[in-house]
Amino acid sequence: MALIECPEGQPASVPALLHRNAKMFADAPAYREKEYGIWQSWTWSQTRDEVEALALGMMEMGLNEGDFVSIIGRNRPRLYWAMMAAEMCGAVPVPLYQDANSEEMAYVMNHCGARFAVVGDQEQVDKILDVKDQLPEFERMIYLDPRGLRKYDHAALGQYMEVQQMGRDTRDKHIAALEARQAKLDYDSTGVMLYTSGTTGKPKGVVLSNRNIIETAKSSSEFDHLRQSDDILAYLPMAWVGDFIFSVGQAMWTGFCTNCPESADTMHVDLREIGPTYYFAPPRVFEMQLTNVMIRMEDASRLKKWLFGYFMAHARKVGPAILDGKDVGSGDRLKYRLGEMFIYGPLKNTLGFSRVRVGYTAGEAIGPEIFDFYRSLGINLKQLYGQTEATVFITAQPDGEVRSDTVGVTCPGVELRIADNGEVFYRSPGVFVEYYKNAQSTADTKDAEGWVATGDAGFIEPDTGHLRIIDRAKDVGKMASGALFAPKYVENKLKFFPNVLEAVVFGNGKSECTAFINIDLTAVGNWAERNNIGYASYQELARHPQVMQQVQEHVEAVNASVAEDEMLSGCQVHRFVVLHKELDADDGELTRTRKVRRRIIEEKYADIIAALYDGSPQVSTETEVTYEDGRKGSIKATLEVRSAKVFADNRKMAAE
Amino acid sequence: MKDTAESYVTKDGRTIGPVVMEMKNITLRFGGVEAIKDISFDIREGEIRAIIGPNGAGKSSMLNVISGFYVPQEGEVWYKGSRRPAMKPFEVAQQGIARTFQNIALFEGMSVLDNVMTGRLTHMKTGMLSQMLWRGAAEREEVENREVAEKIIDFLEIQAIRKTPVARLPYGLKKRVELARALAAEPSILLLDEPMAGMNVEEKEDMSRFILDVNDEFGTTIALIEHDMGVVMDLSDRVVVMDYGKKIGDGTPHEVRNNQAVIDAYLGVAHDEEDAT
Repeated sequence: MALIECPEGQPASVPALLHRNAKMFADAPAYREKEYGIWQSWTWSQTRDEVEALALGMMEMGLNEGDFVSIIGRNRPRLYWAMMAAEMCGAVPVPLYQDANSEEMAYVMNHCGARFAVVGDQEQVDKILDVKDQLPEFERMIYLDPRGLRKYDHAALGQYMEVQQMGRDTRDKHIAALEARQAKLDYDSTGVMLYTSGTTGKPKGVVLSNRNIIETAKSSSEFDHLRQSDDILAYLPMAWVGDFIFSVGQAMWTGFCTNCPESADTMHVDLREIGPTYYFAPPRVFEMQLTNVMIRMEDASRLKKWLFGYFMAHARKVGPAILDGKDVGSGDRLKYRLGEMFIYGPLKNTLGFSRVRVGYTAGEAIGPEIFDFYRSLGINLKQLYGQTEATVFITAQPDGEVRSDTVGVTCPGVELRIADNGEVFYRSPGVFVEYYKNAQSTADTKDAEGWVATGDAGFIEPDTGHLRIIDRAKDVGKMASGALFAPKYVENKLKFFPNVLEAVVFGNGKSECTAFINIDLTAVGNWAERNNIGYASYQELARHPQVMQQVQEHVEAVNASVAEDEMLSGCQVHRFVVLHKELDADDGELTRTRKVRRRIIEEKYADIIAALYDGSPQVSTETEVTYEDGRKGSIKATLEVRSAKVFADNRKMAAE
Repeated sequence: MKDTAESYVTKDGRTIGPVVMEMKNITLRFGGVEAIKDISFDIREGEIRAIIGPNGAGKSSMLNVISGFYVPQEGEVWYKGSRRPAMKPFEVAQQGIARTFQNIALFEGMSVLDNVMTGRLTHMKTGMLSQMLWRGAAEREEVENREVAEKIIDFLEIQAIRKTPVARLPYGLKKRVELARALAAEPSILLLDEPMAGMNVEEKEDMSRFILDVNDEFGTTIALIEHDMGVVMDLSDRVVVMDYGKKIGDGTPHEVRNNQAVIDAYLGVAHDEEDAT
């Protein structure tokens, strides 16, 4: 079969890469999944056969070139294969977030006019059937797990393996057409369409071409020296661009193995069993793991606690320097080795990080203590900055230049520009083709020369060339006094405290800043247990006077640190409340990637915000909540409004 | 009443087979106390059959008669077309009847997986010696049984606690592990003694879903005792109502709910509908 190659002679489409790998790495593992307690694995050549069988089956079912295929479910090899099979048929895969509710799914499937869907289980089938009437173009659904689905009407429903069987049975009929369709795929044909999570307004369909996927995968794999023998754990949502690039783009380019956990609950056990060499997690995952380690250390014997404390202090002192290959005295090195034997090694093993060669975190700012903790253990954790529209990579930290407060230097092939208002613009081979059916937004985001607005405000450090991100550009405002208002900057500082899960700071156009705080139930709950403080619910714990006192101390500590920053000293939090419920994506308060939706929160909690500014000591409120199954209810609460100590900007005072 | 030898299809599309087990005029006495007085009812293949009644009505005794733990003084138990003689509980288990217990009877020190594997005991044929030597047939058998156990672990979504000792699990999960062990025996009749006692609403919903799924997926006949009226009415195809050892009602949830004797004796006269729904 002749497949189009790009100018440098490399395969020009994802299916072409699959065929290449099936030849080059025929017997190397391509996918693993733990099922029935055992890791099942598929080699690259088996993967190619499985994907082809599914593609043939879908052709038999009538999948046309240019059709859209929705893919919904947790990370499983067969769903990744469904993406590749769709591409083989000349169709466009559209992975969706598996925890999206039916309305969200209806919007996306309707917007792209999906004709086919490949889904994981009964839950997803039910969600689509719920909104089927709103989807005039939708025709066929293929499901993976037959449990509970036997009695469903199978007229428009097919089991994955049966579709594959059908494909094998009708191979002779379709194989020529399938190969012809693949032969047509070139660098400019669409490889995937991913919907943005939609911090504001409706999600937009980002069209990525094979060029975007392959160029990005290639340059980023080279940047981090990824190898064919690497292992990753695929556990982040398939609809997220990062997972697509790691588990499909880079995996296909370098030919490494993608491992899928048994279920969401077993992720940590599976992580330990696989021991990935290349690992990605958002800051909250690292945060959670660190919290768990600390909680368990509290319960350890005194000797172990002492050992842990002693060697961790040493690790913090010299660990990052050793990792960066800097000069460290031989005595310190020896002590670090001892620590590796007693503490770091076993700890990394427990966390599943023994083999990590390259680790990334992105999406949010990571607390410096958390970042340093992992680095001091010898885990090469780095930060990157990217977005769906860039096919992930804009900047990343090269080995040896890792810091917690920057997001790194430009990735190969990427150009950066900072606009006058501070907004970051970039141009790269990964820049998306367009927003599907939305020429207006495409034009607003991407100019004729290919520069894309990130929507983030930041600056490039003159001496190092590292990019630093301050906040979302549209969230950056002015206080009444004219001082700069950057809520995210303050929120991140608050969130670095383990007790604080989420924070929302208000103050644009006002004379003072105020904040909503969400406590972290795991951390605060553990503290409560340790101190014999009884509580029946999140709400009760959140308004406990001692919890309030702790949060107050955190807010004041943040104020003290904000006061030191000349530009942002106006952003100190004067008053705050601890919210009675966790901000939740089901209530529309967060995006599915857990980013705060400010507008919606401002509208929904207008009464509490008013109380934060009118000086009332407390506020009674009633909030509507949506349960996981879609039912609605409401909770009533009376929240205490607290004032926090603020600090004067010493330098300015001295100057005057 | 439908013909006991005929199959029929329920409204939700499930096929209920002919009668598989029949209780004929069962009377059970403990000394002078008559725990069960002359009760007759049947269980059809593939149905979910509930036994309800107030405290001390004799429900658990009835379940123990079905499971062969108690031998009634009078009456007959018919199973798959023939009269069942007095049996030891393990002989009943070999006939394909498995159960869970009201107050959880798991091996606390053993892992979830090992507990589930004990449910496979009736399917193991190799002797102690060959199992100790771990050769040939014994090894093969262990692998096969482990596969069945793993499928059940997957089915009941307890993969994450596979290796956890049972003693460390919360109550709701222990109940699920017990169900897993009973299912591992691949029973044709599954007896559940208050599967939802002491659970919160969410755990009850989970358990109800699993019971329905087991019935649906494996076609297992289920007889259960339960206190939670809502659950019973939602889950079961037919309900037997007991009071003071006597049967006072028998029929579909709808029939039982509208049976005056049942309302008076069990659900209470003052707030009948409220409790029943």
